[in-house]
Formats: sequence, C-alpha cells, structure tokens
Amino acid sequence: MSKAVWGLFLREWRIASRVGGGASVGAVFFLILVAIMPFAVGPNLALLAQIGPAILWVAALLATLLGLDRLFQGDHDDGSLDVLVNSGLPLELTVLVKCAAHWAASSAPLAILSPLFGLMLGMDAGPLALVAVTLVAGTPALTMIGAIGAALTVSLKRGGLLMAVLVLPLTIPVLIFGVAAASAASGGVSPLAPPLIMLCALSLGAIALAPFAAAAALRHVRD
Amino acid sequence: MPLRRAELGATQHVMAERSQESVNYILSGKGLGSPLPAGRGGDKTPQMVNLANPTAFLAVTRRALPWLAAAATALFVVGLWGAFAAPPDYQQGEAVKIMYVHVPAAWMSSFIYVVMAAASLGTLVWRHPLADAAQKAAAPLGAGFTFICLVTGSLWGKPMWGAYWVWDARLTSVLILFIMYLGLVALWRSIEDQGVAARAAAILTLVGVVILPIIKFSVDWWHTLHQPASVFRMGGPTIAPQLLWPLLTMALAFTLLFVVLHLMAIRNEILRRRIARLTMLAAAGGDALSRRLAAGGSGA
Repeated sequence: MSKAVWGLFLREWRIASRVGGGASVGAVFFLILVAIMPFAVGPNLALLAQIGPAILWVAALLATLLGLDRLFQGDHDDGSLDVLVNSGLPLELTVLVKCAAHWAASSAPLAILSPLFGLMLGMDAGPLALVAVTLVAGTPALTMIGAIGAALTVSLKRGGLLMAVLVLPLTIPVLIFGVAAASAASGGVSPLAPPLIMLCALSLGAIALAPFAAAAALRHVRD
Repeated sequence: MPLRRAELGATQHVMAERSQESVNYILSGKGLGSPLPAGRGGDKTPQMVNLANPTAFLAVTRRALPWLAAAATALFVVGLWGAFAAPPDYQQGEAVKIMYVHVPAAWMSSFIYVVMAAASLGTLVWRHPLADAAQKAAAPLGAGFTFICLVTGSLWGKPMWGAYWVWDARLTSVLILFIMYLGLVALWRSIEDQGVAARAAAILTLVGVVILPIIKFSVDWWHTLHQPASVFRMGGPTIAPQLLWPLLTMALAFTLLFVVLHLMAIRNEILRRRIARLTMLAAAGGDALSRRLAAGGSGA
C-alpha cells in the first residue's frame, strides 16, 4: 500500500511540475498579486509594510485556489479518476495523497518565495522566515478545503469561478488566524503562539476531515 | 426522477408505446408513488403519514397551507401590534422596534441552515425522495431571511453605532452565511443533472455547518460591537417582559412564514419535475402523446 501511495504521489508531483501542470504559474501569479498591490494602495513603504502580512496571505490564498480547480478535473477528463476510484486504495487516501503532492508542488514554493516578496513590500527582513512558517502551517488547510470544492465541481466545464465562490467563505478562519500570526511574527504587539497554534489546529483538522468530504463528493458527483 | 438512458435509446415505436403507458401511469397518480386513499378522511390513515410520497405530500400540504398561512398572518398582526404598543427602550427610544424584524430574521437565517443540513442528511443517508427538493427550496429562502437580517441590522446600526456596517465578528459571520446561501444557489444553477446537483449541494451544506457555531458564539469569542445573547442565555432573558412577548410572537410568525413559503416552494419543485418528465415523454412519444396530454394534462 505504501508503494502505491508513493507511486501516486510521484505521479501527481510530476504532472503538477511538468508542462501543463500549473505549479510554476501559481508562483508567478503570487508575484503578480504582490506586485499590483503597490499600484492599488500607493508605493508608501510604511503602509505596505503594515499591510504586508495581509497581502502575502491573500495572495497565497488566491494562488492556492487558482491551481486547485484542476486537482481532479484532469483525471476526470481522461478517465484516470475512474481507475483511481476502482483501485484498491481507499478514495480518502487517494484524495489526501493528491492534495499532499499538490501542496508540495504548488503551495510550498509560495511559502519559500514569500520572504523575497516580503522584502519588496518593505517588511523587516529578520522575522520574514517566521512569516514563511505561518504560510507553511496554514496553506495545508487551504489546499484541503479547496479539494472539497474541486471535487464538487469536478464534472463542470468551467468550475473555477464557482469553486472560488464555494470555497472562499470556508477559508476565512484560516485567513484570520494566518494574518494574525503573520502580523505577530513581523513585529506586532500580540504574541505569536496563539494564532500559530490555531493555524496548525485548522490545518490538522482539515487534513483529518476534508478527505472524507472530498471523497464523498467524488463518489456522488462523478456520473 | 428522469428517464433512464436505456429507455431513451429504444426505438421510436417502442418509445411511443412505452411512454404512452408511462403517461397513463403518471396521470393516474401512480407514477410518483402509491395512489392516494380514496376517502376524504384518508389523512387519518397511516399511509398519509408517509410524506415521502410526493402525491401524498401535495394532497396534505394543499389542505394544510391555508391554515398555516392564516396562522402566520394572525401571529404577524398580534406581534406587530405588540411591538408598536410596547414602551420605547430607555436608551434606544423607538429605534428598538427594528429588533422585532431583525432578531427573528437572524434566528431564521441559522434555523433555515439547520433545516437544509437535515434535508442534506435525508438526501445522502436515507435517500428521501423529497429531501433534495426541500434543500433546494430552502436555500433561496435562507438567503432572503439572511438578507433581511443584514439590511435591518444595518439600518439599526446607523442610529445606534453611527455606521451602517462595521466589521464586527457577528456581522461578518452572518455575511459569510449569506454568501454560502448564494453559493448553494449557484451550485444548483450550475449542474444540469438535478440528481448530481442535489448530492453536491447536500455535501456542501454539511461541510458548511461549521459556520453555525461560529455565528452563535462569535459574540462571546470576540468581544466586539454586537451585543451578546439576551434571550436564550443561562439565567433567563435580560429583556423586559413587555418587550419580550412581542419578540417571541414575531419569531413564531417568522417561523410559520418560512414553513408556508418552504412548503409552497417544495410543491412548485415537485410540479416542475413532473412537467419536465412529461415534456420529455411528450418529446419522445410524438403527436399521439401530445393530443393525449392536451386532453388530460391538467390531471397531473
């Protein structure tokens, strides 16, 4: 079973990182979202530094969701989803492995790149690694919640916008604690530990529960 | 209950015959469950308790709806009279009257989500044939009541807090609930196959249940502008009795209003599905069938 899991992970990783996978596009999208903020609010570095954690988190949220609508759709279109459903592997585990591979290929690079973008937003260089840690702690929850939306809209031709409408309300708690943790990390007055612990709890809870919802959606919605 | 694909694939000749039978079946009231008991007093027999039968559901609700509507109207009259007869609040003055619409609407916005979640369980677990119609009918109603709650709260907030909108925990969580209702409506409108749409909406509804405790406890977890619970709380309500009884009457009136609107919407959904089914049969069956439908279609 572990061999099958590892094989599936490698397959998903290769699909995500090769041509047509969209993992690198997510990172570029992240860069663009950060780059348009100074045009929207003005190039005042003090202001940008203040709202920097919020910009990084909103950009990470949108970049994660952007890539997620194809999580099951490609497999649904070419029929390999049927193979995955009928393989011996529990569908919940399949969902979890696909999400893990997607996170490793798409969301982890965002967290790694975030200190660079934080510098561009005028944030203090010292605590930027901690801001990246909050992204590492919180983005698994975004991926897992997004997987539910991706499973629900798997049979739709253009499900991307609908998926964002369905999923974004559910990601707001993650955003609240993520921004709170990132603000605390980059020199806020409140302590970092409580929001960071809540963020980890949200991610762990999503990893534990979301595969069941997403797998149920795949079973019911796939015709 | 759409036709099976295999049936659609049959030859034209067989189709015509077979759909002729199906129409007779539907028109006789058998197609969507067992026929009604013949007697008018049939609602006392155990079969009528079985509201899963759409035909029985239509018959029972047809008789019950006028009474429910009348009761809702009477409660609205009493509640509104009580609301305007109640003394003004010592701090808020007459602006407190908005409470009699705002608070029941806010309760309904959560209550309807609970109804939808129960209907979703009915769809996914028990495969209740009317549960998906109930879920589909409740989503726009929930959006409506939540919208009333947000608008009245905004109008109440301007004189009391000095702003139409603040990003308070309670307000924000109710706004998210409103967006989730709209998302469910959008999901229903995006998936063509109604059976698939029903199951997708049911799963999304159950996932979204996490919003309910957040709304309920938002005023306790985050001490922001919105006041904490004052009616359903440990140690009894903190509202004066003269202000409280019209509020509870209005809450009952809102609940009955929702029940009436919900039952009407479910009836419409059942009839809409029957029309869709008859249209498909008519399209498959050709002219003879159309004549038959024109002659007896009103019986459906």
